[in-house]
Amino acid sequence: MKVRASSMGFALAAATTLGLTGFAAAQSGDKTSRTLEQVKARGTLSCGTNTGLAGFALPDDKGNWTGIDVDVCRAISAAIFNDPNKIKFVPLTAKDRFTALQSGEIDVLSRNGTWTQSREADLGLLWTGVNYYDGQGFMVRKKLNVSSAMELSGASVCVQQGTTTELNLADYFRSNNMKYEVVAFATANEAIKAYDSGRCDAYTTDQSGLYAERIKLTNVDEHLVLPDVISKEPLGPAVRQGDDQWFNLVKWAHFVMLNAEELGVTKANVDERLKSTVPEVRRLLGVEGDYGKALGLTPDWGFRIIKHVGNYGESFNRNLGEGSRLKIKRGLNALWNKGGLQYGPPVR
Amino acid sequence: MSSAPAGVASQTEPPRTPFWRADWARGALWQALLLSAFVWLMWAAIDNASVNMRARGVPTDFGFWNRPAGFDINQTLVPFTSAGSTYGRAFTVGLLNTLLVAFFGIIIASVLGFLIGIARLSRNWMVARLATIYVEVIRNTPLLLQLLFWYNAVLAPLPNPRQSVELPGNIYLNNRGLFVPEPLFGVGFDWTLWALGIAIIASYAVKRYAARLRVETTKRLPVGAIAFGLIIGLPALAFLLAGAPLSWSTPELRGFNFNGGVRIFPEFVALLLGLSLYTAAFIAEIVRAGVLSVSHGQSEAASALGLPRGRLLRLVVIPQAMRVIIPPLTNQYLNLTKNSSLAVFIGYPDLVQVFAGTVLNQTGAAVQVISITMAVYLVISLVTSAGMNLYNRRMALAER
Repeated sequence: MKVRASSMGFALAAATTLGLTGFAAAQSGDKTSRTLEQVKARGTLSCGTNTGLAGFALPDDKGNWTGIDVDVCRAISAAIFNDPNKIKFVPLTAKDRFTALQSGEIDVLSRNGTWTQSREADLGLLWTGVNYYDGQGFMVRKKLNVSSAMELSGASVCVQQGTTTELNLADYFRSNNMKYEVVAFATANEAIKAYDSGRCDAYTTDQSGLYAERIKLTNVDEHLVLPDVISKEPLGPAVRQGDDQWFNLVKWAHFVMLNAEELGVTKANVDERLKSTVPEVRRLLGVEGDYGKALGLTPDWGFRIIKHVGNYGESFNRNLGEGSRLKIKRGLNALWNKGGLQYGPPVR
Repeated sequence: MSSAPAGVASQTEPPRTPFWRADWARGALWQALLLSAFVWLMWAAIDNASVNMRARGVPTDFGFWNRPAGFDINQTLVPFTSAGSTYGRAFTVGLLNTLLVAFFGIIIASVLGFLIGIARLSRNWMVARLATIYVEVIRNTPLLLQLLFWYNAVLAPLPNPRQSVELPGNIYLNNRGLFVPEPLFGVGFDWTLWALGIAIIASYAVKRYAARLRVETTKRLPVGAIAFGLIIGLPALAFLLAGAPLSWSTPELRGFNFNGGVRIFPEFVALLLGLSLYTAAFIAEIVRAGVLSVSHGQSEAASALGLPRGRLLRLVVIPQAMRVIIPPLTNQYLNLTKNSSLAVFIGYPDLVQVFAGTVLNQTGAAVQVISITMAVYLVISLVTSAGMNLYNRRMALAER
């Protein structure tokens, strides 16, 4: 990519004016292996997250970010720095998230983003995998006596703008020949507040989001999540195109967590499993072979991830499942050998 | 003798300055240098952005404009459907919504601002104090907070559609908005409009005739009453002669909500209220400053001539105050229009919410969308100021 050093400042000024802060910041050198070097030089990973969605990314009362999307970044940080906390979290709205990633303001976007064709082909991004299989649903007041989304003809629906949610909503009502009124807000918080105040009959987002937002409402028991799922929403982390090494690193951080769960390696037993004789475990933890080198990492990168973050099952349980307030079932997110879709290709 | 003229010449003609030290040449050189530096800077910025955008796979063209939008918008002044409408159409919808709220906002803010500005100068202690409190409270709190307050203040007390408040004349009020009957114009209604047009032109002619009559004969005509009669009477007559071609579509509760009639959205009301009340406080201060700027001697002189207070204000003080008021008033109009972009926080589908929000996110064409949006606000602002400057020139002091 060509950039004269002298024009960097000007380009930065111009890019800032156009709302693309940092556009020029990540602009030097050739296309490959830049992100990892920059992260190492900077000493922190810049991670784009949700501004606050229980179970996915939410700061706790001490200001520590938690959630299944946050754990993706923690795993990357652990693999690079042997420390899950060398992260600068950048909370982003649905509207700003892709611009922030395209412009180089963040290194990885782990913000419950749906993987779609146009987002990869048109926006120049790559999804590294799916850390949560979701689908869009509706929440309504119980007193409306509605038991299916098919009964929502004529309803007002509150939605967060700039999402696939907004498009799926339009598709669903159009394909079922139903009328509706959309009320779109910049953030999920404003949308849920408007629903709570009675401005809308229904609130729509991904089902995991519905469960997460429901606990914020004034009277939780008055609301009900309808059983209908109107879309496929594979949520996962995304990176910029053009840096294959970085793409692989983010992708394999997730696969390591899946493989660890499959092999029964947990945060608690990982030290002891270093002595394991099972070849798969030995490769995973870096006792045998060096599978980190090509990614720009140390041989024990897998060990570091499990040691600091745990395996996928632990992360799910802690943030979304029985160990959390949301109590979401594994469903599609169970491992492939337990009836779900989560499948980690082998480390070898 | 021959040496004398030579001596004079050598005294009067200073040593020739080389052209590179001449003022004009240095000036031109610096101007040229500055200009080329500026052009280079702009070119470098644009080139750098487009090269990097292409390398990142970010779209750099305007091809998205004609692609189908696929999302819906609730308040649309022109037809818009998720199935058939394009992103370009979404732009139009957003732009019209921005203009709608800016237009009504400017009218309400002006009227309210003038009233409050005059009230602050009132000799009635209570009225003056209330106006001061209004100005200080509104002016010193953030607009975004006020908008959120109005949105919640407008929504919270309203019932759901099934318990709507029914107002006389088939008007319904609930937390989905205000539903009023929609006029349906039948055949022959255009005669009423023609009559209205003729009445307005006739009123203007009467006004000019009255002015001439006054200068020539000092006789006064009741222009106001004549114009009122013309503008109401003539269209009414045409309307009745055409057989009253007007019917109403009344709103009806069906399912979740009302169908039929015209609907005024709570988001629109909240934004309009917030913007006009906020700007009115600033306009009030401008009006007060304008009135106070008129020398006291002017009103004393007018009183000495025996003008009653109302005409004193209308004929002497206000015209002179307007010269001070108009330029800062233009600023307030521009501010109101630009502030309408805060609509995004209360779900009103204005240009920024629809175009720089949803369209930007669905297409990923950030630079194009933001450039277009900025250009639109620039054009709106320039047109507004051009109009106000024209008005200002008419009101300005004609120096002789």
